[in-house]
Amino acid sequence: MTDRTLPGRAGQQGSGHGNADERSLPAPVYWLWQNLFNTPLNAILTILILWGFIEIIPPLLNWLIFDSIVAGPDVTSDTCRQGSGACWAFIHEKYRLILFGLYPYNEQWRPLIVIFLIVALLAVSCNKRFWRPWLGLIWLGGMGLVFLLMYGGVLGMTFVPNTNWGGLPLTLMLSVIGLIFAFPLAILLALGRRSELPIVRSLCVVFIELVRGVPLITILFMASVMFPLFLPTGVTVDKLLRAQVGLILFAAAYMAEAIRGGLQAIPRGQYEAADALGLTYWQATAKIILPQALAISIPPLVNTFISFFKDTSLVIIIGLFDLMTSAKAALSDPAWLGFYKESYLLASFIYFCFCYSMSKYSQWLEKDLNKGRRR
Amino acid sequence: MVRSMVFQAVALVAVVGTGWYLINNVLVNLEQQSVATGFGFLDRPASFDIGEHLIEYDASRSYGRALVVGILNTLRVAVIGVVLATIIGTVIGIARLSTNWLVAKLASGYVEIVRNVPVLLHLFFWYAVITESMPGPRQALNPIPGVFLSNRGLQVPVPEAHPAWGSVGIGFVLAIVGIFLINRYARRRQATTGEVFPAFWIGIGLLIGLPTLIWLAYGAPLALNVPELQRFNYVGGTTVTPEFFALLTGLVVYTAGFIAEIVRGGILAVNQGQTEAASALGLRRGQSLRLVILPQALRTIIPPTTSQYLNLTKNSSLAVAIGYPDLVNVANTSLNQTGQAVELVSIMMAVYLTTSLLTSLFMNWYNASIALKER
Repeated sequence: MTDRTLPGRAGQQGSGHGNADERSLPAPVYWLWQNLFNTPLNAILTILILWGFIEIIPPLLNWLIFDSIVAGPDVTSDTCRQGSGACWAFIHEKYRLILFGLYPYNEQWRPLIVIFLIVALLAVSCNKRFWRPWLGLIWLGGMGLVFLLMYGGVLGMTFVPNTNWGGLPLTLMLSVIGLIFAFPLAILLALGRRSELPIVRSLCVVFIELVRGVPLITILFMASVMFPLFLPTGVTVDKLLRAQVGLILFAAAYMAEAIRGGLQAIPRGQYEAADALGLTYWQATAKIILPQALAISIPPLVNTFISFFKDTSLVIIIGLFDLMTSAKAALSDPAWLGFYKESYLLASFIYFCFCYSMSKYSQWLEKDLNKGRRR
Repeated sequence: MVRSMVFQAVALVAVVGTGWYLINNVLVNLEQQSVATGFGFLDRPASFDIGEHLIEYDASRSYGRALVVGILNTLRVAVIGVVLATIIGTVIGIARLSTNWLVAKLASGYVEIVRNVPVLLHLFFWYAVITESMPGPRQALNPIPGVFLSNRGLQVPVPEAHPAWGSVGIGFVLAIVGIFLINRYARRRQATTGEVFPAFWIGIGLLIGLPTLIWLAYGAPLALNVPELQRFNYVGGTTVTPEFFALLTGLVVYTAGFIAEIVRGGILAVNQGQTEAASALGLRRGQSLRLVILPQALRTIIPPTTSQYLNLTKNSSLAVAIGYPDLVNVANTSLNQTGQAVELVSIMMAVYLTTSLLTSLFMNWYNASIALKER
């Protein structure tokens, strides 16, 4: 098990067991021999795993598919409790609550469009050809549309206060808006941390280390219970905005560290060349240093995005109605108690789709960006 | 030069000014709500119960005591979690590099699924598994005599109090110290003479033998305090509560996925030539892994693993979502009772910051001690 050879390379390297007899075996059998039974230990492991599959997979399939109960005219929660399989009728009953939270039922086409809009914006931004200044304008317009759709109040759409927003659109908005605002802040923090001005540098270091040293929960607590105390008497800021500000500060500290990594990778010659051209600090930073540093830090930045997207689920603790909260709220209906597996499976699946595609994208991007740099 | 001084002065004045303004607001607000500032409330009786406490505690004890109980509970789950996550993560990381195709695929499936779902969802899931899917105490699962698994948690027998156990514990610690010394001796001997000293087997012998000998010397006390079902719940033995179990399992499963990736990356980062050189020198596979690959891989593995340990500790604050009485949970209850938001949020942040900084300091020291010593 501790052999360092990658599975793909096993065939070429040989493992001391591949003598002439075995090589004359038909290809699939040879593959099996090389990849599953090449050492006694591997043979034992393979047999153990296959035995585990036989034990686990049939009951799992039964639960997921064959014994599962799908929605029908006379299917109730009692039908599900009598059955032994998954209760997809529960999901059928609750998927709109899980996806859209407490958004008014008849208006839920609006958050649905918001989901597609944000996914489309993200998809467009993944394409390197679109990494132009006008992408910012598209985002600005897109987010304007998102707020228009969510709030309504114009064009015949009824007004929906943000206390009724929830589910996947809220999770997406918290993450996306968090990232948009955290990004410029993170650049400033990263530059500040690398600055030669001692006061600026220490302020940035203290902020970054302070935020990274405490759990996100304490920052959210600060936003929800401490922040109102910081405001002059009589001034109130709504809860969603407070949580969003907390998330922005949190994301900024982590993104700043990713960008700092990129800044550190820029050879000193670049700075000296900029100085020699007579550029000021801000000119050199904007035109020479940052474009290169940001390109290097994109893969770690995407990883920060992924963990930030997952971390927005913590707003459940201060009582916002995001995807995690709605998945849990669906479980509290007295008529449908106890179907936690189905509900959590749906929520996990949604989170997984977003995070997995982002992580595959970041791996691809890293390879793609390194292609140009390798000579 | 003057410009940078002015710039810094402006930055400092802005930060100090904002800080003063905010603090002033807090003082005014607190005065109006007639909440006393300061840490005096820590001496007042807390008047709430805490389910799990490592030190003596009841509702008549002070808030300060309650917070210490919370801190100890956080440390308990963090320490056990770090140890388990390291072991499981290392095994899975090595399994991803296995020549056995099935083992490698299973391990990568685990890593992908676990890492792309929010840790909070892990916690909710495991908590629901225990509290909803396990039978009640009367129908408790009884896999081994004396061990009961029900929706009240896991009941396990503990040895009856006996002076022998204290000495056995001391013997255990002595054995660990002994192993450390033997390993050092073995390494030095191998470095100078090339002779291999069977440190591993002697170590195992010491670890098992010494405590056993002490136990036998005390006359081998065998009495166990076995949990028994009384009218409503179990009496005797010790209980692993559902909250602790869910928190620990969730954190370990989640963090192990990240550690696995770090371990895999670290092993792959060691040049293939090192393995070939080791086998050219006639080292067996286990030897080359232990003497050549791992010491080099550790250098890449330790820094990111440290931040995973810190992440686990910080994520343990999510205990508040499932009701395990960790620091954040206790502080949150105290906050709701006393309204001392500023003080309590500061205490939470200070504790986590201290833990983070101490862990970083220790790991930096350890990292420096194994760093590449170049000429």
